[in-house]
Amino acid sequence: MAPRQRGATDPAGERELLSAGDVARTVARMAHQIIEKTALDAPSAPEVVLMGIPSRGAPLARRLAAKIKEFSSVAVPTGTLDVTLYRDDLRRGPTRPLEATRLPEGGIDDRLVVLVDDVLFSGRTIRAALDALRDHGRPRAVQLAVLVDRGHRELPIRADYVGKNVPTARSEEVHVLLEEFDQRDGVVLR
Amino acid sequence: MRHLLSTEGIDPADATAILDTAANLKQSLEGREVRKLPTLRGRTVITMFYENSTRTRVSFEIAGKWMSADVVNVSSSGSSVSKGESLRDTALTLAAAGADCVIVRHPASGAAHRLADWLKHTGTSVVNAGDGMHEHPTQALLDAATLRERLGDLRDRRIAIVGDVLHSRVARSNVHLLTALGAHVTLVAPPTLLPSGVERWPVTVSHDLDADLPSQDAVMLLRVQAERMHGGFFPSAREYSIAYGLNERRLALLPDHAVVLHPGPMLRGMEIASSVADSPRAAITDQVRNGVHVRMAVLYHLLAHEEETA
Repeated sequence: MAPRQRGATDPAGERELLSAGDVARTVARMAHQIIEKTALDAPSAPEVVLMGIPSRGAPLARRLAAKIKEFSSVAVPTGTLDVTLYRDDLRRGPTRPLEATRLPEGGIDDRLVVLVDDVLFSGRTIRAALDALRDHGRPRAVQLAVLVDRGHRELPIRADYVGKNVPTARSEEVHVLLEEFDQRDGVVLR
Repeated sequence: MRHLLSTEGIDPADATAILDTAANLKQSLEGREVRKLPTLRGRTVITMFYENSTRTRVSFEIAGKWMSADVVNVSSSGSSVSKGESLRDTALTLAAAGADCVIVRHPASGAAHRLADWLKHTGTSVVNAGDGMHEHPTQALLDAATLRERLGDLRDRRIAIVGDVLHSRVARSNVHLLTALGAHVTLVAPPTLLPSGVERWPVTVSHDLDADLPSQDAVMLLRVQAERMHGGFFPSAREYSIAYGLNERRLALLPDHAVVLHPGPMLRGMEIASSVADSPRAAITDQVRNGVHVRMAVLYHLLAHEEETA
């Protein structure tokens, strides 16, 4: 496949926002930001855990943890948090399948939980995630990391770490592609 | 999905979806501080039990409550049923009172199907919690969930269902569900406790338990249902136990990985020896535990989606 030009629209009506290389660099930058903001490598550092929101938040959390390990040699535990049962739109579509929830060893009590998701849009998923976290324990603080912030918030929620801000029309769809699911990395607008 | 009335003809994809949901629910609820999910807030679930039951009714009630539904229990004694109200009128009353889901157990085979038909024009879902000698679909689902936990995928697994098949809705529901999931089912029972027409079921029939045990991945024992037996189905309890009871000697004939199930209530010393029921090979308490998660999953699949216009 010929390399796609950034911003070019292909015949399928798809516009590339981030290439595979961009995704890798963005994840690395976010890892640096998490290290800096949480000071997780300082002697009196808070215990940080990364909780990925399935599906694509889960591998993103693992990738961030790998980068954090590489840059700070601190092994940050990761987990996944399925928020489906906490959504406010279940009655607006067909039955949604559930995904796995796995808390990191030692749970989330008194730890700094960084929620990780691929796209921040209305904020409703994060609202559901905050409710879900509350049933699993009491973190000392919760932060949010997203690869793409596409705007159009419907709730007073903002991210602490943003890979890329993308102005979008409400009707457009932002797709984060990850090798674990899509056989390639990238972010596209459809 | 609007109702869960039987496992006969169930789409394997639907069954697998419910089992996957149950497994995820179980895992998500494990070790958490608050065992309550907000998913069915504001929905009303009514259990209507016209037959005695401990585990099924309690299991549905806990399932509904853990999903934050409002659960109301109606039993035949202490309700207008004892004044002679028909099943139809009781059901329409409960639907009019705002039931989103009615869970019904009834001694008449086919009761749940009739109920679903009467409630066609309401938005109310019906779950069959056991109708006479017909079906008990959530029991089959929790059995399948327990088997999947212990054995993995059920495709090509061999499962023997032993005992009073004739009177057993559990056996019927399991035959349909387990074969839909790709398992091979063998029914082992005296000829008097097999239903007529069993030769048309997708199963192997046997009368020799000892010969079948070494090839099975699981054995499901059925309770001998004395309350449904009027007449001599076998000479004596002792003879039944000798021919079809699972004792220590028979347990040793099973492969090491094989699982022993019993839907309960158990008659220890009759269809299952006490030591077998308490052995680590028996998954009987797992079945009860999984029952809650499976019923949560069923409520989720019936109630947590947009209104179907049926």
